Amino acid sequence: MSSDHSHDLPFWKKYIFSTDHKVVGIQYTVTGLLFLFFGFCLMMLMRWQLAFPSQPLPWLGQFFHEKTMVSGIMLPEFYNQLGAMHGTIMIFLGVVPLAVGGFGNYLVPLQVGAPDMAFPKLNMMSYWVYFIGGVIMFCSFFLPDGSAQSGWTSYPPLSVIANQGQTFWLIGMVFLITSSLLGSINIIVTIVHLRAEGLTFFRFPFFIWSQLVTSFLLVLAFPPLEAAGILQLMDRVAGTSFFMPSGLVVSGQVLQASGGGNPLLWQHLFWFLAHPEVYVLILPAMGIVAEIMACNTRKPIYGYKMLVYSAIFLGFMSFLVWAHHMFLTGMSTKMSSFFQITTMIISIPSVIILTALVLSLWGGSIRFTTPMLFAIAFLPMFGIGGLTGLPLGLTAADLHLHDTYYVIGHFHYVVAPGTIFALFAGVYHWFPKVTGRKMSEFWGKVHFWLSFIFINGIFMPMFSMGLAGVSRRLYDPTQYAHGLAVQPLNVVISYSAWLLALAQIPFILNFFISIFAGKKATDNPWEATTLEWATPTPPGHGNFLTEPKVYRGPYEYSVPGAQHDFSPQHLEGIN
Amino acid sequence: MRAMNNNYYGFGLPIDISTHGAAIDRLIIILHIFMVALFIGWGIFMIYSLIKFRARPGHKATYHLNHFKAPTYLELFVALFEAVLLVGFSFPIVNQFVNAKPDESTALKVRVVAEQFAWNVHYAGKDGIFGASKPELMKPGNPLGLDRSQEAAKDDIVAINQLHIPVHKPVIVELSSKDVIHSFFLPVMRVKQDTVPGQKIPVWFEATQTGNFEIACAQLCGLGHYRMRGFFTVDTQEDFDTWLDQMAPKPEV
Repeated sequence: MSSDHSHDLPFWKKYIFSTDHKVVGIQYTVTGLLFLFFGFCLMMLMRWQLAFPSQPLPWLGQFFHEKTMVSGIMLPEFYNQLGAMHGTIMIFLGVVPLAVGGFGNYLVPLQVGAPDMAFPKLNMMSYWVYFIGGVIMFCSFFLPDGSAQSGWTSYPPLSVIANQGQTFWLIGMVFLITSSLLGSINIIVTIVHLRAEGLTFFRFPFFIWSQLVTSFLLVLAFPPLEAAGILQLMDRVAGTSFFMPSGLVVSGQVLQASGGGNPLLWQHLFWFLAHPEVYVLILPAMGIVAEIMACNTRKPIYGYKMLVYSAIFLGFMSFLVWAHHMFLTGMSTKMSSFFQITTMIISIPSVIILTALVLSLWGGSIRFTTPMLFAIAFLPMFGIGGLTGLPLGLTAADLHLHDTYYVIGHFHYVVAPGTIFALFAGVYHWFPKVTGRKMSEFWGKVHFWLSFIFINGIFMPMFSMGLAGVSRRLYDPTQYAHGLAVQPLNVVISYSAWLLALAQIPFILNFFISIFAGKKATDNPWEATTLEWATPTPPGHGNFLTEPKVYRGPYEYSVPGAQHDFSPQHLEGIN
Repeated sequence: MRAMNNNYYGFGLPIDISTHGAAIDRLIIILHIFMVALFIGWGIFMIYSLIKFRARPGHKATYHLNHFKAPTYLELFVALFEAVLLVGFSFPIVNQFVNAKPDESTALKVRVVAEQFAWNVHYAGKDGIFGASKPELMKPGNPLGLDRSQEAAKDDIVAINQLHIPVHKPVIVELSSKDVIHSFFLPVMRVKQDTVPGQKIPVWFEATQTGNFEIACAQLCGLGHYRMRGFFTVDTQEDFDTWLDQMAPKPEV
């Protein structure tokens, strides 16, 4: 079946510096998965310190440099490095590259019926700029004083007076942001301009819509952070004071800075990106889930147009809620009222999307494949993440819950068992298209159930800790009486985290073994309708054998009168 | 370390000893009831659908579905409920917390200046006037940079990591920071406020019972963030006055 109609390119041009969107997509996916695992490892180290404060890390501890661990006991500065880099890596080097760089690159041209991205060289460049950003971030661990340690939010003045790792962090961020900008412009142009004949906007698979909205968010929200990152870099290396007020006294010394800046300016610029960023993390996940649910319920998605309108509205509103991250910075009630109202408004389209996806189950003929299990689990997990955002969006409740473990639980439910589950679903679902072979269903299900149990074991107890008032980013929470009271939960969370790591072994083995020894897949193994399944498996250079034409909407499953329970978009007439 | 009553803290909200905290707790509880109800409703529907519509021989998916009315009502209900939460709970609570400051003549005024990694607590002393803080005088022995030759600063009281307040009396704490952003958190008081260098931000509260509690730092402020713990003591008025007398600077002989 597979027909490789690529030209004879040398190895390095075909697989390393490739302009083929599929190769770039695979590069993004593999790099993203590796960084995801690396970020997870950082967290597992932190979990030892949190569960057993100031006890030496057994066996592994001996391999760490004395500036990070002294005879196996973690130092607070190393803990802060791990925390800052865990957040940065998971978001900017793991999830976004996977969701937008990996899935977006691989699937967008296929689903719109294009031979490649609109700007293939720009596409290659965006991957390599991302790669350089990743290398800079990774290398910063080996600096004399280690990596950045002021949190992934890098609030000044702390970040400006911090060690050299912060400079690397800022430079790395400039690369990562540049990469995202290049990639998202490419996706927008591809979607709008390279659509196949007959593929109107309302015949887009929801995944395409989610990528379109996501790319607009990236294009509009990232530039302010890039500018802010450069301003902070100037504060650190050029003696400016964009974020530094006058008269600071650090460890008994008056700080030599010109002063006159405002640290809150950074927070505004940062969250102006970082709130839309939340939707950058979640929208592609919703897109993946919608695809997989339509395919595995064998019926159209419920309320497709409502989903689309909600996604657009969500994208628009996400620019108007950023200051709900700053309720406790001393803002006036007028400001906080405005941002509380916008925050409540933005919850409505999220509820609509979630409701539409749950209702899509009704009337289906549900196949419980591995990707479908992950997609189904996404719904309640994202539900918990969304619901627990409510108390944080109301300033009154936020007064107690702000910056506690409640926040950690909330956004991890959105991103970890939410987005990452959707990404797993996507990997299992499109694996046959990419490699020509299926992953093992049995080991996929083992992976799913174990992950589902342990990931809840990690994040559910955090709500209790947050209500109890335990602050985030504490090297040793038992220093506080209210931290000591809930310390048993930290032990539960840590064991869950380590077991979750073990639960990834079936996935990793399944992934690699299936590439070579999986069951051979046909062109359309899931009997799906969208255009990517109209290509040969795996698709060759240029994707489609003949230019596809689109005759119907994306989710024409179980059409009455049709011979099969799926009517692909590219086939004329009912079949 | 002072004895701390274990009954204050647990797996849920800590005890509340403030006059304004009950309203916050009520909001948090209502929210969680709402969230759990919505989640269980959704969950039951989802599990029922998964079982009823599982693929099996002879079962076919339905292409045309009637439009559901219920979700529209659910959306409207959620929107309305959120409006009630805003107007009925959050706005008034925040308004009271931020704007309804007690009369300065009856309230106790305290300044808290955060630094890496301690809380410097500054009382005005007998004259009721705070001496000025000068950055260039800030040394380990004089964390607030007070110029003791100044008349207003002579009787000022400085306590490190110890905030004492009298019970049943409104207290206004003016928060600021010497170096980086910290966050002043009194779990039992339902008070949390960032301290931003370059700004002075007041918070106010009133305690309803005496005891020994904690001040926590809620914003990452460096490697010692985890040990930026202060003691928060609510005394009777007499005990508080005695403590102030003990802490007052002794006249030099």
